[in-house]
Amino acid sequence: MKGFLLAVAVVAVLFAANALFTGALGAGLAMSPYLLQVICLAGINIILAVSLNLINGFTGQFSIGHAGFMAIGAYTSAYMTVNFGDRVQSVLSFLPSAARDGAVLLISLAAGALLAAIAGFFVGVPSLRLRGDYLAIVTLGFGEIIRVFILNIDAVGGARGFSGIPKIASFFWIYLFAALSIVVVYRIVHSSFGRTLIAIREDEIAAEAMGVDTTRSKVISFVVSSAMAGTGGGLFGHYLMYLHTNSFTFLKSIEIIIMIVIGGLGSITGSVVGAVLYISLTEGLREFAQYRMVLFSLMLVIIMIVRPQGILGHREVASFLTRRRRLPTVPSAPL
Amino acid sequence: MTTLLQQIVNGLSLGSIYALIALGYTMVYGVLRLINFAHGDVYMVGAYVGYYLSRKLAGREPSFVSAFVVMLGAMAACAVLGLVIERLAYRPVRRASRLTLLITAIGVSLFLENGGQLVFGPDPKFFPSLAPHFDFHVAGVRLTSEQITVIGVSFLLMVLLRFFIMKTRTGKAMRAVSFNLDAAKLMGISTDGIIAVTFALGSALAAAGGVLIGMQIPKIDPLMGIIYGLKAFVAAVLGGIGNVPGAVLGGLLIGISEVMVVGYLSSTYRDAIAFGILILVLLLRPQGILGRVQKEKV
Amino acid sequence: MALLELSGVTMRFGGLVAVNDLHLTLDPGRLYGLIGPNGAGKTTVFNVITGVYTPNSGTIRFDGADIGGERTGRITRRGIARTFQNIRLFGDMTVLSNVKVAFHCRQEAGLAAAVLRAPKHSSEEERVDRESRELLKIFHLEAAAEEKARNLPYGSQRRLEIARAMATSPRLLLLDEPAAGMNPHEARELMDLIRWVRDRFGMAILLVEHNMKVVMGICEIVHALDYGSTIAVGKPAEIQSNPKVIEAYLGGA
Repeated sequence: MKGFLLAVAVVAVLFAANALFTGALGAGLAMSPYLLQVICLAGINIILAVSLNLINGFTGQFSIGHAGFMAIGAYTSAYMTVNFGDRVQSVLSFLPSAARDGAVLLISLAAGALLAAIAGFFVGVPSLRLRGDYLAIVTLGFGEIIRVFILNIDAVGGARGFSGIPKIASFFWIYLFAALSIVVVYRIVHSSFGRTLIAIREDEIAAEAMGVDTTRSKVISFVVSSAMAGTGGGLFGHYLMYLHTNSFTFLKSIEIIIMIVIGGLGSITGSVVGAVLYISLTEGLREFAQYRMVLFSLMLVIIMIVRPQGILGHREVASFLTRRRRLPTVPSAPL
Repeated sequence: MTTLLQQIVNGLSLGSIYALIALGYTMVYGVLRLINFAHGDVYMVGAYVGYYLSRKLAGREPSFVSAFVVMLGAMAACAVLGLVIERLAYRPVRRASRLTLLITAIGVSLFLENGGQLVFGPDPKFFPSLAPHFDFHVAGVRLTSEQITVIGVSFLLMVLLRFFIMKTRTGKAMRAVSFNLDAAKLMGISTDGIIAVTFALGSALAAAGGVLIGMQIPKIDPLMGIIYGLKAFVAAVLGGIGNVPGAVLGGLLIGISEVMVVGYLSSTYRDAIAFGILILVLLLRPQGILGRVQKEKV
Repeated sequence: MALLELSGVTMRFGGLVAVNDLHLTLDPGRLYGLIGPNGAGKTTVFNVITGVYTPNSGTIRFDGADIGGERTGRITRRGIARTFQNIRLFGDMTVLSNVKVAFHCRQEAGLAAAVLRAPKHSSEEERVDRESRELLKIFHLEAAAEEKARNLPYGSQRRLEIARAMATSPRLLLLDEPAAGMNPHEARELMDLIRWVRDRFGMAILLVEHNMKVVMGICEIVHALDYGSTIAVGKPAEIQSNPKVIEAYLGGA
């Protein structure tokens, strides 16, 4: 009951915030469109970062192809909306416009997430047998292949890009899904299944020896992670109204990796912090124009040297709030 | 009318350059287990150093001597660059996790690419011709002097490298370090020094590749390292990453396949073929053609 | 019927024959020892039984079923659990979580139930928590339940490895040098613990051990290995005085 009330409260707050930011409550109270866009993109980053952290941070699998799944979700959902959105709208004509848009969005996102999940399965099964660097390279390769493949599909615009996507993703929807992703990943991690993921990260051979079906666990977390990336992609397309494969290159995958590393692998809070920090940095450095990327890459190297575990390491915000008990060393107790 | 033989010749020429770059990847991976993402960008810097050096020599008649000087200059400059990168960026994180190393390498790569755009300007530049140009026609195949230079110089460098690795003390030490860094240290090998030499050598070879490509395809730009580096990396993986002859084999194979695909299929797949090969190798035989499987002790 | 039966098992690594035509039979509920000089192939036998390696020839039957070539996880779920010679705990997880992970294979509630916080999930989590803590109590680790496994002292880590393996409800427990690095006092406690565990849970136990006091003290039957082959099988006292065994350990006179 408590959880349900909390959920309702969150939805209400997001709804109100959305109305406020977009000026529905009075143009004078609206947020500047630029700032709103940054915040919305940050929200999408949160979804991407939290989902990638599930596979990289918690399961310890080195995947750098996340942008590929984001692309699949983005293009699939955009295609759905553009080609079937009107039909859905007319079927639901009894609903108010915002609700109709919401329904179209949800259906399209679901389609995008599903296809991304399927892709995640087909990429994951052969790839997750590999370890470390090899897995990284293979996922990178798959990400690029997906991108090139999409680039050659004329039905979604090809090299010209996909335009004309209605802007039905708003601050509300983006942050609703961001909150949802956090909850889902949190629950996964704090479940028995989640323990198997962390065990795999710590020592895959030992995990297997303790009866864990490591392949199954890895693939499931990979599929879930890809589905979430697909959802992020879908929201991305329905917010920016235009898609081009240039947004989904290997560089995008790297950006998400940087977010979770800066925030702290294996920390959900860290992913959120990393996502917000990253976009703040890239936007904040925008005025330095050409120097921006140079500075950024330098900062990256320095962070890796100085604090590779990121801001939060493996810890969540909650662990700072509980008093840390100092346990005495455990003696070899007599029987 | 391009015959199969012509394709193979073109492929060998392209593949030699991939091989030169791949050698750097494979040697560094061998000693450090690090995929040096920035290596392709070192190749780019080599091309630019060659460019600026050859501009300095402009006005003189293109000759083999000036070509030689330019190449040596570029190789020396990039050897130093490799040493600097290793010392400042990679050594501090040498004992860190794989992911940390990877991200550091990516950071260096981005730094070189964006720095290059800043310093050299983002527009492509045109390499002046260094050596006199002439064509050979043999058995229906056209061989340009540039191609002969590329293949010849690459071959020479690879032979020298092989000699170095197999016959010299430093080379032996490099091999020891690639087997087991800690054991090598215990044997009194200065691992820091060996790693530095490895970087310097790899970078010098990449620089040679950069100058050679400048001679062949005169257009260079600050982002050229990305796609060339990636393909060379695939070549290293194909041959067996960490394996020196493997890098050469992989480079030549990638070069030939690329030329074949463009010639017989279509040029839109030029870049995709490398990715395709990469995925096939990693899924079917991740240790590459000449590599050995590393089994974990339980 | 024998619980575990190895027939003619051979394991080769390139030119090295680590296990050579091995025959081994284990009955339910009994305590066995596997001894031999270093390099005799003892841990390889464990690795072959648990599916880490697939034998080049020979069969392995557990409860009558042929398990050769099966994945480790599957074999564990059949009822064979093991500890490792070089401790392989989940370092960053708490002691309690280390044990809980091993219960996973005996749980029913799936991921969907977890995400939706279904009652089936919550009640199972409660059960697992309870049973894990009980196991920790048996192994005198309950005080360290929330401590990270990597922070434990060596002896406690070894005990945790055993506790964790127990959580998979095994019918055969393979212990790889459980007494390694222990002083005589700790080793004696371990002996009592192993015997107690066997009496209480009724599983068969096979231990690889170099500490002869432990082997002779608790094992009912001892297999002696040298260069991958069995050189003697029998009661501890017989093995101790067996000339082939003595020669294997000390070299010829």
